[in-house]
Amino acid sequence: MRHVISILLENESGALSRVAGLFSARAYNIESLSVAPTVDPSVSRMTLVTRGDDHIIEQIIKQLNKLVSVVKLQELTPVEHIEREMVLIKAEVNDKTRDHVRMMTDIFKASILSVSPTHFVIEMTGERRKSQEFIDALAPAVVVEIVRSGSQGMSLSDKPLRSN
Amino acid sequence: MELTGAQIFIESLKKEGVTHLFGYPGGAVLYIYDAIYQQDAIQHILARHEQGAVHAAEGYAKANNKPGVAIVTSGPGATNAVTGIADAYMDSVPLVVFTGQVPRELIGNDAFQEVDTVGITRPCTKHNFLVENIEDLASTIKKAFYIATTGRPGPVVIDIPKDVSNEKTEFVYPETVKMRSYKPSIKGNPRQIKSAVDAMLAARKPIFYTGGGVILSQAADELTELVRRTGFPITQTLMGLGGFPMSDPQSLAMLGMHGTYEANMAMHKSDLVIAIGSRFDDRVTGNVEKFCPDAKIIHVDIDPSSISKNVKVDVPIVGQVKPVLAAILAELDQRDAIFPAGNIENWWKQINEWRKTDCLNFDNPGDVIKPQYVLQKLHEITAGDAYVTSDVGQHQMWAAQYYNFDKPNRWINSGGLGTMGFGLPAAMGVQLAYPESTVACVTGEASIQMCIQELATCKQYKLPIKVVLLNNGYMGMVRQWQEFFYEGRYSMSYFDSLPDFVMLAESFGHVGMMIDQHTDVESALKEAFDRKDDLVFMDFRTDPEENVYPMIPAGGGQSEMILV
Repeated sequence: MRHVISILLENESGALSRVAGLFSARAYNIESLSVAPTVDPSVSRMTLVTRGDDHIIEQIIKQLNKLVSVVKLQELTPVEHIEREMVLIKAEVNDKTRDHVRMMTDIFKASILSVSPTHFVIEMTGERRKSQEFIDALAPAVVVEIVRSGSQGMSLSDKPLRSN
Repeated sequence: MELTGAQIFIESLKKEGVTHLFGYPGGAVLYIYDAIYQQDAIQHILARHEQGAVHAAEGYAKANNKPGVAIVTSGPGATNAVTGIADAYMDSVPLVVFTGQVPRELIGNDAFQEVDTVGITRPCTKHNFLVENIEDLASTIKKAFYIATTGRPGPVVIDIPKDVSNEKTEFVYPETVKMRSYKPSIKGNPRQIKSAVDAMLAARKPIFYTGGGVILSQAADELTELVRRTGFPITQTLMGLGGFPMSDPQSLAMLGMHGTYEANMAMHKSDLVIAIGSRFDDRVTGNVEKFCPDAKIIHVDIDPSSISKNVKVDVPIVGQVKPVLAAILAELDQRDAIFPAGNIENWWKQINEWRKTDCLNFDNPGDVIKPQYVLQKLHEITAGDAYVTSDVGQHQMWAAQYYNFDKPNRWINSGGLGTMGFGLPAAMGVQLAYPESTVACVTGEASIQMCIQELATCKQYKLPIKVVLLNNGYMGMVRQWQEFFYEGRYSMSYFDSLPDFVMLAESFGHVGMMIDQHTDVESALKEAFDRKDDLVFMDFRTDPEENVYPMIPAGGGQSEMILV
């Protein structure tokens, strides 16, 4: 089963590799991982998406908590939360497909960031499922390049995830 | 007052109460070695290889319940230390290991003797640090000792660039350390402790299964009190031996792959397993699918990730063994709890039936030296009171089976990583911690050659270790597996050439003895242990094809033992 975990970790060199190294050393898989500093610059926040049965997820949570660099973590999957991913898409367009791509961009509330005679660069933010649907809907235009931010997650609880 | 990084290193170690420092110099740590030269509060022990330095620090820590401290240079110094660091990580040994690093401006340039020490040691340390600013050095050392010695202990590496060790700053050693990201829990949850006591009072086929956590937490007294009070049987892991006296009638000795028949059968048939400071290692459980099918499991461990990792636990208690056992005893007192002998009378009857198998009995016809016999005699001659270190293999299992440890911290071996070469340097650390005590290193002719160079260190520091070499000419445990599972194809497990160990010991300035007659074993041991001031290296020529029994083959269940 897919699990989303939010992690606050010390914003220091090597902290990311401690998390990534833990996953490879213990043969856990990482579906996506994104990390950036928070309002408190001494802390980074990571959203990590992984897969495993309950036993594996329990071990992953315990092992992450054991890392000295991890300040706090929260498993988002069991609680009400939102998840978003940003995708940049470069699509090759021509006179036959240009209007179709523009229409799909409107329908999916994506936006075209850059236009050249032969290509669009499009930004799309949403749930992972929606961004995949959007990519599929662009055909017959040819998608030549994609970059995904990985999932970002936040619980809907009024209580914030904080380092203290 | 402003001090250099090297002086801060010394002053910080003094603040931590460090008296022994195991190490080997090199380019990146020359400023630090210069500072070591100019003081005499801390004795530096010069090993002959960085692996030996770290194992010695481990032996010191394991016997002494104090953190072991080592220092090595950058590059090969650090990589040679990795085996010892990984060993300490697996066995939860509190160590602080300092590594030199190339100057900051050269880091990442493939400089001479540069490796990414923090990267290499990340997966085999509890935590590690690169000191990027001289202002951080003292507080980093404080944190390192705190992390290494609290919670589940383990090794911490501090990588110090050469230029940092020569920079100056005001020396302030923090009195306390507080880390928002590291807060080990000590006390167990009171509700779980009550549940554990309920389960213990209701059990009819209970067994204690205790491990290295008892030793690390210095909880042998509490454990002994609890075991005696309940009247339950107890079995101990390789790392836990001596936490409860093995000569006590309640002790079923060691469990696991080479554990006793009664210990493994009692685990298999029990209705309550009380696991204390043990971690359900694969060498203990055998096939986890067949492990303790009818038992409820209580598990006391300081490391939450050890709980329900390999085996599902019913009553988890996260906490340090000592306070948790004290809380269990207090709960028993509060309830005026008694454990009627009648509750477990049938259970003991069954166990005593299993005991009749006498699984550690061995043929001892006298025409050849049996390794088990040497260890029985070693126990007799040292009155069971020696510190015994070992290397890894058959001799290690025989020592665990036949020495009968009655006290904690007396059995010092490499359990988790299984590091050949551990025994001799570990014995140096033990002997330095306890100069007046008897220290024996039980080893094999394969293991001893892996850190044989440390015989020179033993000479330099006059360490009167007694090396008990069980020389069967084979890498015995490899050969045993090849006999059992590879149809006797002894691939590369036999040494066609071995040194003359007597001459070898003598060349290092020690006393060497070769014993190849059964009838000489006892007198040789007596003579060796009478030589209080000498390292005596005893080369016992033992039965070449003796096997370690009982044995649970890999993948087998607890009750599927090969007995002879």
